[in-house]
Amino acid sequence: MKIGIPRALLYYQYYRVWKTFFTTLGAEVVLSDKTTKDILDNGVVATVNDACLPLKVFHGAVINLIGKVDYIFIPRLKSVAKGEYICPKFCGLPDMVRYSVKNLPPIIDTEVNIRKKPRQLYKAFLSAGLYITKDKNLIKLAYHKALFENALFIEKLEKGNALLDVLANKKSTNKKGELTVAVLGHKYNVYDQYVNMNLFENLTKNNVSVITAENISDKICNDYAAKLPKKVFWSFARKLIGAANHLAKENIVDGVIYIMSFGCGIDSFVADICERTLRKNKTPFFLMMIDEHSGQGGFNTRLEAFLDMIKWRRKDDLDISPYGERVYIGKDAI
Amino acid sequence: MILTFPHMGSVYILVKTLFDELGATYVIPPKGSKKTLELGTKYCPEMACLPLKINVGNFLESIEKGADTIVITGGCGPCRFGYYAEMHRQMFKDMGQDVEIITIEIDDTGIKGLIAKLRYLFPNKSLLSIANAIVKAFSNMKEADKLDALSYKVRPREQEKGATDAIMNKFEADVLMVTGAKEITKLIKKTQKKLKAVPLIAGYEPMKIGIVGEIYTLVEPLTNMNIEKTLGNMGVEVNRVLTTSHWIDQHILKAGLKIGKRDFEKAAYPYIKTMIGGHAQETAGHTVMYANSGYDGVIQIYPLTCMPEVVAGSILPTISKDKDIPVLTLVMDEITGEAGYITRVDAFVDMLIRKKDKEKQNERVLSRS
Repeated sequence: MKIGIPRALLYYQYYRVWKTFFTTLGAEVVLSDKTTKDILDNGVVATVNDACLPLKVFHGAVINLIGKVDYIFIPRLKSVAKGEYICPKFCGLPDMVRYSVKNLPPIIDTEVNIRKKPRQLYKAFLSAGLYITKDKNLIKLAYHKALFENALFIEKLEKGNALLDVLANKKSTNKKGELTVAVLGHKYNVYDQYVNMNLFENLTKNNVSVITAENISDKICNDYAAKLPKKVFWSFARKLIGAANHLAKENIVDGVIYIMSFGCGIDSFVADICERTLRKNKTPFFLMMIDEHSGQGGFNTRLEAFLDMIKWRRKDDLDISPYGERVYIGKDAI
Repeated sequence: MILTFPHMGSVYILVKTLFDELGATYVIPPKGSKKTLELGTKYCPEMACLPLKINVGNFLESIEKGADTIVITGGCGPCRFGYYAEMHRQMFKDMGQDVEIITIEIDDTGIKGLIAKLRYLFPNKSLLSIANAIVKAFSNMKEADKLDALSYKVRPREQEKGATDAIMNKFEADVLMVTGAKEITKLIKKTQKKLKAVPLIAGYEPMKIGIVGEIYTLVEPLTNMNIEKTLGNMGVEVNRVLTTSHWIDQHILKAGLKIGKRDFEKAAYPYIKTMIGGHAQETAGHTVMYANSGYDGVIQIYPLTCMPEVVAGSILPTISKDKDIPVLTLVMDEITGEAGYITRVDAFVDMLIRKKDKEKQNERVLSRS
């Protein structure tokens, strides 16, 4: 039996979990192709025009899987942590796909909602597993294996490996560049190489080393996020806000690039909070808003300008600051 | 401590009753205008949704008038609204405005935290008198919503155009002048009587359109371009189930006490299976219900980038096809090209009229054969 997983949205977060689970049950996992212009165009046609870019990519990826698989796995994710939510679009995702894509194979739309009862997680896996096998013991085994795999995945990331390398089972080359830049944003914007217009390659080419929010441990992020007067109730936003606070406090990066898709409801707030936090610390901040029209040329120019400004600030601001106060607070600042 | 609160349609009647009864000092923000919107868009993040921008505009205008404490409601997701308070806090801090923000919500601190907040807001009042004031405020809100609903029925049928608008405008001006729950109730009742006395065109059966979407945009005239008024003056009867009092009934009373499945949940079930935040389920459910009860069309309104409504919006075309009910979607943002919206609404109504005529013709043809 072939289970299709669209290479979009939470693929970047949970692919390891899903793959381990389904292969243990004896199913074959088929991934959709990497995002291309065609995939995105198909998605744009299928969705309402107000939908955000990652959603359009997702629809395109689903269309890409049609005809190749017996089932498409589109979980209905409502909450992935106790007392928290994620973007409401994930919750309506199976409904949206079902009504906007034609000739769909059956969808496995198990509901994950552990906001009140974390024990519901097993039930979600069980209901997904029952599509493939009747053997509940096997499902239980696969469930534990999947969770173990997830823990390994997170551990690898926190050691500083790049997420895409870990997903591809490659070893990361942690070469220290001239500058270090943090790239923040939702995973499906940050790691989709088509969507982010080869940002990582571009940065490496410019001799810049990159860290992402995933390289910062959950514990640190949670501690910082908990300091806000109001609890951040979106799981992924909590991580991002925590990471931004950590970066501002520890001064480990020369600049922060935030990738946000046009019309993202959560990022409209989170990016703003991150920007306020980082700007207070005078960390350079670059908000890159992407949508389906993104032109690579314009983006490259802006990125280069951003990197140049960081370098100039380093070079010049130490002596005489054009702003009347020293702006660059680096290791070599006096 | 001078309190203020954001505008949301006729919610000011609820808050006014409450504050009057409890003897608080407060400022009602000036009615939303272009200036409100400009102030809001200036300080809010670009991609934030329209309600946040208008709220900030309201607050700034109130602060100008002397308010120093903002009272808003909160929530715990998944809709962005739950995080408004924190955004306001950071924004005002960076602006250098010294205001206190108090959120009325049940958060981690539970019911105890809520009571502490109420005690802080109304220091000399017993909990009983606060509860009593809340009950009075809700009942006034209900009456005000009934008044609105009545005006939607009267407006398309009035003999002399503008009669309903004149009465409603007078009410809006008068209600700010009176104080106390009793007086406000009296005024609402008086206006209801006046509306009922408006002479109507006999035998006129207007087109019926249901309005669905995100509650703030629906309730606040600044964001929906007075859609009910516009349609009413075109001779269309409007129905909107989603009102503030309905929201309080359904979400706080019914959902809080967990009394059965709500009617719109049942109607929406084939299309949206669970609560996904905001009013997506209501939008889908009410569209189905409007179709079943013989409405001619449905208009969906939501602010740009509203997350739950995007989900509902992508399902509405299917409902529209299944139930044979035309749907028009209007997306609102701070760029208020009113003429553009009016044209679209106008065209929609024209098409509905044509559709109805065609159906009638078909009936005639069928009966002849």
